[in-house]
Amino acid sequence: MDGKVISISGATVRVDLPDLKIGDRVFVGQDRLTGEVVRLEGETATVQVFEENRGLGIGEPVQSAHSPLTVQLGPGLLGGIFDGLQRPLRRLKEIGGDFIASGLAPSALDFEQPWIFRPSSQTGAKLLRGATLGCVREGHLEHLLPLTEEGTLATLTEGEIRLDQPIASLEEGPSVLPWHSWPVRRARPFKRKLSPETPLITGQRCLDFLFPLLKGGVAVVPGGFGTGKTVLEQTIAKFADVDVVVYVGCGERGNEMAGLLDEFAELEDPLTKRPLMERTIIVANTSNMPVAARESSIFTAVTMAEYYRDMGLDVLFLADSLSRWAEALREISAALEEMPGEDGYPTYLGSRLSGFIERAGVVETLGGAVGSLSMILAVSPPGGDFAEPVTQACLRVAGAFYMLDTRLAHRRHFPAINWKQSYSLYGGVAKDHFVGKHPHWTELQARCTDILQREDALREVAEVVGMEGLQDRDRLLMRTAEQIRLDFLCQNSFTDDAYATPDMTIVHIARLIAEHDQILSALDQGKILDELLKEIKDAAL
Amino acid sequence: MRLSEHSYRTVSAVRGPLLFLNRVFQARLGELVNITAPDGRALTGEVLKLSADQVLVQVFGGTHGLDTKTTTVRFSDAVMRAPLGPGCLGRVFDGSFRPRDELPMFVPEKSMPVTGAPINPVARAHPEEFIETGFSAIDGLSTLIKGQKLPIFSCAGLPAREMTDQLLRQSRLPDGGPFVLVFVALGLTHFEYQFYRQTLAHMQSRFVAFINLADDPVVERLLAPRLALTVAEELAFQQEMDVLVIMTDMTNYCDALREISTAREELPGRRGYPGHMYSDLASLYERAGRIHNRKGSITLLPTVTMPEDDITHPISDLTGYITEGQIVLSRELHQKGIYPPVDVLPSLSRLMQYGIGKEQTRQDHRELANRLYRNYAKGCDLRRLEAVVGRDGMLAEDRHLLDFADAFESDFVHQGETRRSMTETLDTAVLLLEKFCEVAK
Ligand SMILES: Nc1ncnc2c1ncn2[C@@H]1O[C@H](COP(=O)(O)OP(=O)(O)OP(=O)(O)O)[C@@H](O)[C@H]1O
Ligand SMILES: [Mg+2]
Repeated sequence: MDGKVISISGATVRVDLPDLKIGDRVFVGQDRLTGEVVRLEGETATVQVFEENRGLGIGEPVQSAHSPLTVQLGPGLLGGIFDGLQRPLRRLKEIGGDFIASGLAPSALDFEQPWIFRPSSQTGAKLLRGATLGCVREGHLEHLLPLTEEGTLATLTEGEIRLDQPIASLEEGPSVLPWHSWPVRRARPFKRKLSPETPLITGQRCLDFLFPLLKGGVAVVPGGFGTGKTVLEQTIAKFADVDVVVYVGCGERGNEMAGLLDEFAELEDPLTKRPLMERTIIVANTSNMPVAARESSIFTAVTMAEYYRDMGLDVLFLADSLSRWAEALREISAALEEMPGEDGYPTYLGSRLSGFIERAGVVETLGGAVGSLSMILAVSPPGGDFAEPVTQACLRVAGAFYMLDTRLAHRRHFPAINWKQSYSLYGGVAKDHFVGKHPHWTELQARCTDILQREDALREVAEVVGMEGLQDRDRLLMRTAEQIRLDFLCQNSFTDDAYATPDMTIVHIARLIAEHDQILSALDQGKILDELLKEIKDAAL
Repeated sequence: MRLSEHSYRTVSAVRGPLLFLNRVFQARLGELVNITAPDGRALTGEVLKLSADQVLVQVFGGTHGLDTKTTTVRFSDAVMRAPLGPGCLGRVFDGSFRPRDELPMFVPEKSMPVTGAPINPVARAHPEEFIETGFSAIDGLSTLIKGQKLPIFSCAGLPAREMTDQLLRQSRLPDGGPFVLVFVALGLTHFEYQFYRQTLAHMQSRFVAFINLADDPVVERLLAPRLALTVAEELAFQQEMDVLVIMTDMTNYCDALREISTAREELPGRRGYPGHMYSDLASLYERAGRIHNRKGSITLLPTVTMPEDDITHPISDLTGYITEGQIVLSRELHQKGIYPPVDVLPSLSRLMQYGIGKEQTRQDHRELANRLYRNYAKGCDLRRLEAVVGRDGMLAEDRHLLDFADAFESDFVHQGETRRSMTETLDTAVLLLEKFCEVAK
């Protein structure tokens, strides 16, 4: 049944179409633009349109899809780049040209491509929802194909398949396709949540050593413009020790997405030595693409991430930036004339955000495997002021907080992670893991933090009396602290230093602190600092 | 689809730049309307909002003199488009694309919607060639790259106008290939306009200018950049030219946005600017770029006058969040007589690393830039110490760094009216570093 457009205000459109549900997908106008029902009032519904709707007129037809906004899940998503509605951007370019046009809807999965299916179940087996039927090889990993409902297997194929052909059938009747769709706003089910235990190695010394993240954990990275959020996220996307990376460019720059694509096409995964793009899914809804699709982009992305988690894989979800998502939410809320909360954000910002972040975690999947979904979320606080609703809402639910500091960035100290204000609640668990291999981990960590803290106090003194006025012991501490900052904490992403293994990290910090202790004991024996430093310098030459 | 134009005299209200019409048959979102005022004046407008019984139109060109009885509104059944053709080169237009140079309108060959469409991220080619601005502080340390958007953050009273003027006259491509400047001036005073007019007069046909004067309609301030970018897209991606778009002053643009948002009774955000200002600015700035398999490029240099010299003000803040770096001008350097007064420490071109080095500028460029930056940063830090303990209380090495910082400002950043080529810029850097070689390792 068709309805009609009855009013239009920007991307918010009222339609008269009965029997809709909140969250239903509708097709609006002659161009069949995708929209989502956001409010119902009697026989009319308010629809948020996800595509450019200039030219839309009153009275144009509206149709319901009779389902919520969904994404397609199946083999072939890895290596893909999609917009916030999961439209594949490469395909969109082939059919629509270099500029994004409205009303085109190529499908995310490629139904022509053949796959080799290796069944792992048998006919006659009574299977529960989420049980594994078999797998296909996708890039570096075994892509498990799940059963999406419960039943007894009547038939099961083997060998070459295509996504539009059934791979099995159930005695209860329905045939089973190797793909399915899933509503983006509904978290995918699992058996139970487990607590995170294993460190996620980012390759960033500062993070892995001082503020470690766990697989299944959530970190927020707030920072003003130019503090290095994007570079940090992209560097971690390259090196993190996970199976799959889902990267969302949410309301950010087109050139950055182009850079990421170019670079990832050339680089290889340090773990598997296969093209990096093979383990990566990119969702790109740049700042000039429609705002409503920006809002949905993080849900589109996290649903794909959960799908791979359900195969028992470690998935890392990176979003740049969550603030742009929140602003999209605010724009939509304002268009609906909802009562605004703090800074104009809707009052449900916090609950919406925590609902989203709760989709991270370590789970026992329906199929019985253990998979993890970790999140690193960039936040762009207005004016670089962290006392704003989005940063604060994130802080309440995240386990690690990597605060990027504008002053450090201006000094080209990158990654500009403020070591005083950042924290990780995962430190204790991560430590247990690292100490097994590196017994001095905790001690070195404490020494490192202590030296950096004491440097601050000393700097204040030095500002008054000059470096000349300090004692040798204090000058030594200033020197070591400087080395820790410039040599250990700084890590230029554009050099070979971009990545460090935990082994390299611990050796590095141990060396700096050992040298410090050595000079210190020489000072205790009455030696002069300047002479000692000169000896070291000469020895290095 | 309607087949003919519709005319109405059903204006029910005029509020600020907005017009409300009743009983309109099938209008479209974004539709262009032609308005005839009671005194016969012709205006255009755009449909912002529509319901069964009312249409809201935003008027370009000021609602002064409009009434509810005799004002006629014609619906064109088309969205707002910019006329395009080679005839626009060398011309000066106002914010509604009417000639401002006393010549007749050129004959358009085609037209395109002014809002443009987003470049598909996979079609984007990553920027990698530099543009020579002639300013050492920019070319040497924050190199501008083709396809980049790099704003200049200025403060009231600083010579941003002189710099803009020089950028118009002196920007070059390294290979001397065809290069077009699109100049957009928003809320310009007549005095400033006289100033730029002389520059434009000497530029022959390698430019298109859109001038919105301070007493021109505010809504046209929102339209002019879109017209300009539509022209730029045509020149860059159809005519395969490299285009540099200079937009001044985005502060006036944002103030216009705030004014109109208030008239629409939208919820004000930070400092009264609308919540959608980020998306709005992005819809302009993101039109810069390069596209695979197309020759041209759009590079964008907007200037922003930071209110109260505050870089965290929403205008500079949101601009910084969208653009790829920033050039920051400093009052302190200006007071020292340094021109251009570029503070290189907070300035940064995020794409610089892709456009410098052996093949593009010179092999030693990166190394020189790093050394200059590092030593100048140290020198500036020491100035604070000097203020406390005095020069005599400092190590010889530190005194040397102080001298370096002074010399860097007066010999490298300062260049007065002279233009420096990239080679001259790099040579100046080498000379300076040689002079201070003991510290500047
Ligand atoms: N780890 C790093 N190594 C070297 N340079 C870095 C690093 N991180 C950031 N930079 C420098 O800082 C610039 C800005 O970084 P980035 O683009 O990541 O900032 P951002 O926080 O994402 O800013 P925005 O909020 O505006 O997007 C980079 O272009 C680069 O020059
Ligand atoms: Mg960024």
